[in-house]
Amino acid sequence: MKPKATLFIQCIVDSVFPKVGQSMVRVLDRLGVSMNYPSDQTCCGQPAFNSGYRGEARGAAKRFIEIFEDAETIVCPSGSCVSMVRNHYSDLFENDPRWLERARHVAGKTFEFSEFLVDILKVENVGASFEKRVTYHDSCHLMRGIGVSRQPRTLIANVNGIDFVEMHDADRCCGFGGAFSFKYPDISTAMLEDKVRNIEASGAGVVVGCDMGCLMNIQGMLNRKNANIKTMHIAELLDHETQS
Amino acid sequence: MKPNPEQYTATARTAVADPVLQKALAGLQDRFGRGTALAYQQLPEGPDLRHVAHDIRMDAIQHLDSLLDELAGNFRKNGGQVYFAQDAKDAVAYCLKVAQENNVKRVVKGKSMVTEEIRLNDALADAGIEALETDLGEYIIQLANEGPSHLIAPAVHKSKEDVGRLFTEKLGIDYTDDPPSLTRVARKALREKFLAADMGLSGCNLACAETGHITTVSNEGNIRMASTLPRIHMVFMGMERIAARLQDLDILLRLLCRGAAAQKLGTYVSHISGPASPDNLDGPEQLHLVILDNGRSKMLADPDFREMLCCIRCAACLNVCPVYGKIGGHSYGFAYSGPVGAVVTPLLIGINRAADLCQGETLCGACQNACPVNIDLPRMLLLLRAKLADGDEKWQVSRRSSLEKAAYQFWARIMQNRRTYDLAVDAAQLLQRLLPTNRGMLRFLPPPFNGWTKSRDMQPLAAETFAQWWKANQKGDAHGKR
Repeated sequence: MKPKATLFIQCIVDSVFPKVGQSMVRVLDRLGVSMNYPSDQTCCGQPAFNSGYRGEARGAAKRFIEIFEDAETIVCPSGSCVSMVRNHYSDLFENDPRWLERARHVAGKTFEFSEFLVDILKVENVGASFEKRVTYHDSCHLMRGIGVSRQPRTLIANVNGIDFVEMHDADRCCGFGGAFSFKYPDISTAMLEDKVRNIEASGAGVVVGCDMGCLMNIQGMLNRKNANIKTMHIAELLDHETQS
Repeated sequence: MKPNPEQYTATARTAVADPVLQKALAGLQDRFGRGTALAYQQLPEGPDLRHVAHDIRMDAIQHLDSLLDELAGNFRKNGGQVYFAQDAKDAVAYCLKVAQENNVKRVVKGKSMVTEEIRLNDALADAGIEALETDLGEYIIQLANEGPSHLIAPAVHKSKEDVGRLFTEKLGIDYTDDPPSLTRVARKALREKFLAADMGLSGCNLACAETGHITTVSNEGNIRMASTLPRIHMVFMGMERIAARLQDLDILLRLLCRGAAAQKLGTYVSHISGPASPDNLDGPEQLHLVILDNGRSKMLADPDFREMLCCIRCAACLNVCPVYGKIGGHSYGFAYSGPVGAVVTPLLIGINRAADLCQGETLCGACQNACPVNIDLPRMLLLLRAKLADGDEKWQVSRRSSLEKAAYQFWARIMQNRRTYDLAVDAAQLLQRLLPTNRGMLRFLPPPFNGWTKSRDMQPLAAETFAQWWKANQKGDAHGKR
């Protein structure tokens, strides 16, 4: 039987980085995954939740649950959004047993893209090729929130021709933090400068990650500095020259 | 030092631009952050002992009333005196009363964050009593008239050159920046003070209810001297710092030393159970234990924040926090800095006053992983933010920003419907055309997002959303095909 995936394309990928979602679709398609995309989805509620606006987040969460609860497996190209659904929906509905049950049900079948490939599909090599030196940034909610750090590294290391190097402090926060990035720009910038320095020191031409929030932050400074380093979501990397 | 958490952003801005501080903080985190992670791995019981310790702490906090009773009873049985202080004023008044009754003129202090919390040094100075810090780092910042910038390494923000200049100015020595020479100078000055002191003050790393004793840890031996040489020893402890049984204290002590300094055991661990007596001639004539509430009962009463009382103030979270690692301890504007400060300071001095502390963090979660008792600090940061977002009667919090609230309400309405979401994206796509670009990215964003573009460009919205692409490229219906 063909594995199934219902696509959860978070707002930032939908509106700013749709190519990441397209790459994910192509990779899953090549692996024979049957996909559907509920076209009325918007946002899981994380931005409001992280800023303390729980009522507003609850509205978005209920909507998310209604849209996705009938899915068999939900796959999302973001550790942060999956962490929201998996770890924090229960905070939003702790006083509402009916919704809590529904939230837990959805949380149990929501997976981050690299986690879905390695842990669910048991795929560690998608047959992609990429002949460049790359390094990997661990996103905080992906790594510490849902415990995913081995899976993306395995997938990257198995890409044909790749030169995969670890940077110093790969698991240290890049300074994004959602609203933190523009509310506390001096602190955010100082943290990001460290991250960019470590990326540069790795000698990599590409920094790969699993969360567009972090990568957008890193890319923003690389571009401002006119640096010759690109950011790339893991789905885009795995979509690279797969035909060969 | 007066609390000033309101200055968080301004102090942080200065801190990130200070190369000496940046180097010191990076060195501290490289050494202790990594060392502690390794030390947990090497625990005989394995790193999961952190979870056992969390349960031990939570259990003690749930039974705090009876454990404190037991501690006080056993401490008194051992010959000590116990005072329960409601608040800072009460604790300070008790200390001054004992000092005055015993004609105390000179006090030596071991490092104690709880005495920083109640600003005891200022009170002693106002009463004409000399109170000298004897931990080398505390001694340095006391000479410089500054507050601690780290729970364990209070002078981490000072370079050896800073200390050399300070000692030249304050102690009249010839300038040197050789650490052993500077330490010798401090040691000589402190020895004389130890011998002349009438009273020693210390904190309490852990107290044990079962035995009625307190435990202190130091790496300089100064607490041992402050607690044994003067005729009176007064111990200050936050009321949560208690282990029910000796076997619990053993686990917590081993984790504390690993969390604080990546050590298996601190160099000087003292278990102090009572003053000198006819059968035990060692020790001070009087031993006082001041057990401080100062807002802790309020945390205990709230199931959301009770977990914060598990904290043993080891500073492991400071040593991994990427925010602390850039802004240093002074930015937090209170005795407690780093992730622990970001949660406990709002709870102790007011959530509105310390709003920036709980909002100026990225929720990266490194603190929880480093915590020897696995406290879920991000959970509590999120709860504090929720109180600031909507106000809270119980904690007397007023809504921080009606404008922000309105913005999120607006956001919620847009997200409640795909059609409004698409309209909002369309509108933003039009607006972004007005913005200047750099190499294909936006170089300037309007307020409130302009903080982003101070140092970064922003990827513009795509011409076509994923949803539009999917619709155009999928032949099947929305729930089928592929």
